[in-house]
Amino acid sequence: MFSFDRFRHFLTVKTLINPLDPTFPSVAVQLPAANWYEREVKDLLGLRPQGHPDPRPLVLHGDWPEDLHPLRKDFPLDQHAPRVQSREAFMRYDSEDVTEIPVGPIHAGIIEPGHFRFGAVGDTILHLDARLFFTHRGLEKASEGMPVQKALFLAERICGVCALSHSIAFAQAIERAGNVTIPPRADYLRTLFLELERLYNHIGDVGNICAGFGFAVGISQGARLKEELQQLNERITGHRYLRGVVSLGGMRADVTEQEREDIYQTLQYVKKEFKELVDLLLTHDIAINRMATTGILRLEHANDLEVVGVAARASGRSVDIRRDQPYAAYDRVHFHVPVYKEGDVLARIRVRIDEVFESFSIIKQLLQQLLDGDIRTNIPNLTPYRSAMGWCESPRGETVHWVMIGPNQTVYRYRVRSATYSNWPAVPLAVKGNIVPDFPLINKSFELCYACCDR
Amino acid sequence: MKSGKEQTADLRWALQKRMKEVLGRSLHIRHVDSGSCNGCDFEMNTLTNPIYDIQRFGVDFVASPRHADMLMVTGGVTRHLEEALIKTYNAASEPKMVVAIGACACSGGIFGRTYANYGGIDHIVPVYVYVPGCPPRPEAIIEGILLALDRYEELSRNKGENRH
Repeated sequence: MFSFDRFRHFLTVKTLINPLDPTFPSVAVQLPAANWYEREVKDLLGLRPQGHPDPRPLVLHGDWPEDLHPLRKDFPLDQHAPRVQSREAFMRYDSEDVTEIPVGPIHAGIIEPGHFRFGAVGDTILHLDARLFFTHRGLEKASEGMPVQKALFLAERICGVCALSHSIAFAQAIERAGNVTIPPRADYLRTLFLELERLYNHIGDVGNICAGFGFAVGISQGARLKEELQQLNERITGHRYLRGVVSLGGMRADVTEQEREDIYQTLQYVKKEFKELVDLLLTHDIAINRMATTGILRLEHANDLEVVGVAARASGRSVDIRRDQPYAAYDRVHFHVPVYKEGDVLARIRVRIDEVFESFSIIKQLLQQLLDGDIRTNIPNLTPYRSAMGWCESPRGETVHWVMIGPNQTVYRYRVRSATYSNWPAVPLAVKGNIVPDFPLINKSFELCYACCDR
Repeated sequence: MKSGKEQTADLRWALQKRMKEVLGRSLHIRHVDSGSCNGCDFEMNTLTNPIYDIQRFGVDFVASPRHADMLMVTGGVTRHLEEALIKTYNAASEPKMVVAIGACACSGGIFGRTYANYGGIDHIVPVYVYVPGCPPRPEAIIEGILLALDRYEELSRNKGENRH
């Protein structure tokens, strides 16, 4: 499935595969972005890419039996597979000057699990092997046979902090499969809450990046303002992470006149405080020194790997699915998509800062334009084996859900491509040549969720 | 009736008081993500922000299980994290108070048991206290710590051991 943003079109390429010899020619060399997809399809479905440059398992770890493929229909959901001799392999170094530093999967702070293996010469990183998919829960398989209404709750639990983006992308896919147009007020409300999600994430991330170089004022202010926004979320919707807000065919949560005022007042305050933080941060020599030229992701690499979201826009790649394939009410508000060329930590924090101010502006427009009317419409009977897609620009970038409907309003097949899945392969390229102590900073500047990626 | 802010403040003071009574010292917690969606993890992080700031009351999240009195586990234990959870549990010092944070850790949540997920941490390690919620609010996590202290006190009394 390819997206051509310039023409606002998606292109699906289909081919038949011999069931007795399920192989297909790999395109990973010509199209590096396909690398992970092909490895995943080999792990989960047993379709083997011929000529793929990397034979290692991806989604399933090395101790999973090579001939068992959990996404095949004859594989029961809760089947327990025996652990086999591990096929896991990391880069080997011939030189004694290279020190291998293994880190994780359990890290020192309250962070998600991943295993990193640095090959370092002194302080400088020569190569990084990132072993991910520790939090793979098999949720796409778990969704199969699940009523679509229940699968919505599963979708919003893929990730804690992109919960709303996932639920809206899933809802859009189901609505598209059922040819449903949701009421205009629901479009506006979805856009409003999506921007509130972006706000608490981006402001929290700006604070969190400060933790990468021990800038305590920034850490505390970022965390405090994030908390303000999450408490606002709770006051309006009853949930700090905006779960349970969306329904198939519209919205479950509405905004009253009083709540509209609350949003307006809270954001006024947060905007003022955030501006103060930004003025402090971007004029602080030590902060700038740590962020500038650290962890550069080159445009060429970002393009080859089809990097999305903040990381793409900080490397001169102007992609934003809110603008390129508008959904909800994004075609009815004005906003600017910030793009920086430097590709370093500073550029990534600048993109977030600019986007925070864009979000304030979008929300202001939405609150003025919010139409009266219904917030929900019914979903008709869905035609089995019809497939559809939904997409959303989560705080981390474009998130795409593909669903095939099964009999009796259930999910037959489901695939989630989160922004993080597109961006993780770029992180090892950005850390090369940096010093080991800068890795947490670089990692935080990408701010990728493992849960989104691993599913 | 007390406001939400006042109730949160009360909880934190209760925490400090009970820690002194039951442990006689501060409480060190080690977090283990056994395959969560990161929602619970973020709520645990929230406890250290300037609003809740439980470090001020003597609770700290530590980098090593060797330094921890309590393990807070999020997620329903994926196949790929089973070993990490067991190793962390074995490395933790006694009394190994394990607190299951969130619906996934308590019972597997919406994902349940799959080829890649055990569906609840009590399949792997013994649990002291279950804190449900998706994710549980920061106050609920503090409440969970308080319950764990009660449980610890009760178990120590039954064993006839010196509590300090």
